[in-house]
Amino acid sequence: MDWVALRVSLWLAAGTVALLVPCGVYVGRFLAFHRFRGKLLIEALVTVPLVLPPTVLGYYLLVTFGARSALGRAFETVVGHTLPFSFEGLLLASVIANIPFVVQPIQRGFEAIPADVRDAAACCGLTPWQRFLRIEAPLAWPGVVTAAILAFAHTLGEFGVVLMVGGNLPGVTRTLSVAIYDRMQAFDDRSAGVMAAVLLLVSVATLMITTGLSRRVGLRRG
Amino acid sequence: MVDRGLSVKLRQAEGIPLDVEFACAAGEVLAIFGASGSGKTTILRTIAGLYRPASASVQCGGMTWTDSASRTFVPPHARAVGYVFQEYALFPHLTALGNVMTALGHRPLHERPARADALLAQVKLSGRAGRRPHELSGGERQRVALARALAREPAVLLLDEPFAAVDRAVRRRLQDEIDALRRTLDVPLVLVTHDFDDVVRLATHVLVLEQGRGVALGSLAALTSRPDLAFLREAAGAGSVVDGVVTRIDLERGLAELSFDGGRLFVPARGGRVGEAVRMRIPAREVILATTAPQGLSLHNVLSGRVTAVHSDGTHDHMIVQIEIGGSRLLAEVTRDAVTRLAITPGVRIFALIKSVSIEVQGPALEERTQEAGDGIQA
Repeated sequence: MDWVALRVSLWLAAGTVALLVPCGVYVGRFLAFHRFRGKLLIEALVTVPLVLPPTVLGYYLLVTFGARSALGRAFETVVGHTLPFSFEGLLLASVIANIPFVVQPIQRGFEAIPADVRDAAACCGLTPWQRFLRIEAPLAWPGVVTAAILAFAHTLGEFGVVLMVGGNLPGVTRTLSVAIYDRMQAFDDRSAGVMAAVLLLVSVATLMITTGLSRRVGLRRG
Repeated sequence: MVDRGLSVKLRQAEGIPLDVEFACAAGEVLAIFGASGSGKTTILRTIAGLYRPASASVQCGGMTWTDSASRTFVPPHARAVGYVFQEYALFPHLTALGNVMTALGHRPLHERPARADALLAQVKLSGRAGRRPHELSGGERQRVALARALAREPAVLLLDEPFAAVDRAVRRRLQDEIDALRRTLDVPLVLVTHDFDDVVRLATHVLVLEQGRGVALGSLAALTSRPDLAFLREAAGAGSVVDGVVTRIDLERGLAELSFDGGRLFVPARGGRVGEAVRMRIPAREVILATTAPQGLSLHNVLSGRVTAVHSDGTHDHMIVQIEIGGSRLLAEVTRDAVTRLAITPGVRIFALIKSVSIEVQGPALEERTQEAGDGIQA
C-alpha cells in the first residue's frame, strides 16, 4: 500500500473541491436562474470535459500551460516552476476536468427552486444576499453536497489526465490510481489489489451518499 | 386616495402586450378579471417589481415604485407589498411560523416570534405553527400565504387567483375571511381572478382585461349593469350586482325585505338581521319586462323604471335591455321579438318583474352556509 500516493490523492481531491465548489455555486446558480444568448454554448463548454477522453483533455492542458505558451510562462514567473509535472499543475488540471461534475448538480439544485418561491422571498423583503442564504441555499444544498462528493470521488479515480499532466513523481504527482498502474507494471499484484479495493470502497460509499441526497431533494418537493 | 392608494399605468407592445391604467384606493378591492393569458398576473408582478414592462408607472402609498420616464425602479424587496401567489409559493424548508417570520424583517428580532404567532392566530392556524407546507391542506397553505403577506405590513395587498387551488366549500369560507380582512386592513387590495364568483363576492371595482388591454374599468355595480360587455356575459351570464341592506324580516311569510338605491326587493328569508349589508346579483335572464303595471301575479318584485339602453349582440336572438331604477341599473335579457312587440327603446317607461327566488343574495348571514369538512380549522 502506497500511503504517500493516497495522501497525494486525498490532497488533490480536497483541493479540487475547495477551489471548484464555490465557483460551481456561482456558475450553476447563474445558469439555473438566467436565460441569455449563448447559454447553450456555455452549457456545452461546461460539459465538454465529461465526454472528452482524458488524454485529449490532458493534451490541451499541456499545450495551454506548457513552457512554450504565454499562460505557462506567466505561471512559471509567479510560482517559480513550470506547471506540468507539478502538484499545482495537477490541481489545475483536476479542477478543469471536474467542472461538469460540479456545475451540473448545483445547477439542477437551484433549478429545482420554483421561480415563485424566489419571487415570494423578494416580496417578503429579503435582499438578494438574504434570499441566497435563507431560501436558495437551504433548498439547493443537496445539489451542492452531491457536487462536492462527485468531484472528490472523481478526482480520487482520475487516471488519464494525471498521467498526461502530472506524470508519476512520488509524493508530488503520483496519485493512488497511478500507483495502482505502477504496481501492476511491476507485477506487484498484492499492493495493486489493496489499493484498488480502497478506491472501490470509496466509490461505493460516494454513490450511496449522492443517491441518498438526491432522494432527499425529491422528497422535499413532494 | 392620492396618498395611500395605488395607481398603475402600463404600456408595452412587444412580448406580453399591455395597455392598462387604473387606480385603487385604500379599502377598495379591485378585481382584475379576464381569461387566462390575458396578462392579469403580469400586472401584479409589475406592481411588486418582479416584472418591468417597456413603459410603466406604479405609485403606491405616496411613493413612486416604478417610473420608466424618470428611470425610477425600487427593487421588489424594498416595496411594501403583500403578495399571495397562485400556488402560494411557501418556503418548503420552513414551518408555517418560519414562513411568516421571514416576512417580518422590518421588525426587531425579539418581536418577530410573537408577531408571527398573532398573525397565524388571525388566520386561525395557531395549532399548525410547527408544520411544514407539505404537512398542510390546500386551505391551510393559503392561510399561511395570507399571514405571510400580512406580516409585511403591506401598502398594497396582491392576491393572484387566491382560491384556484382549493375546493368549493373551503373557497366560500376563505372568501368571507378575506372580505372581513379587507375591512380592517385599509390598504388597496388587487385581486386577480378568472372566476366571476370571486368578483361578485369580494370586489368593489373591476378591471376587465382582454389580451393585456383594459377594456372596462369601474365599480362592480356600474360594470355589471352595462349591456355591452360581452366578456362578462360569457363568463358569468349577464346579471347586475346591486348592494343593499336588510330592512325587514317577515318570518311568517318567509320573506326578507332588502332596500337598495331604487326601491325594495323581497327574497326568501334565511335568517339574517335587520341592518345587515347584502349584495344581490340579479341574473338578466330572470328579469321579465312589462309596459304596464301587471295585476294578479304571484310575484313579489315589480320595479318601475326607464329603459336606458338596448344592446344587441348581432348574432343572437336575444337582446340586453338596461333599465334605470332610481339610482341603480338592472339588465334584462329578452328576445328580439319582445323588444319589437313592446317597442322597447331608450327612454320608455318599463316595469321589471323579478321572481324572489331568482335573486342571488350574499351577505354575512343570508346565504346558506356550507359547512366545510376536512379542512381542519383550529379554534
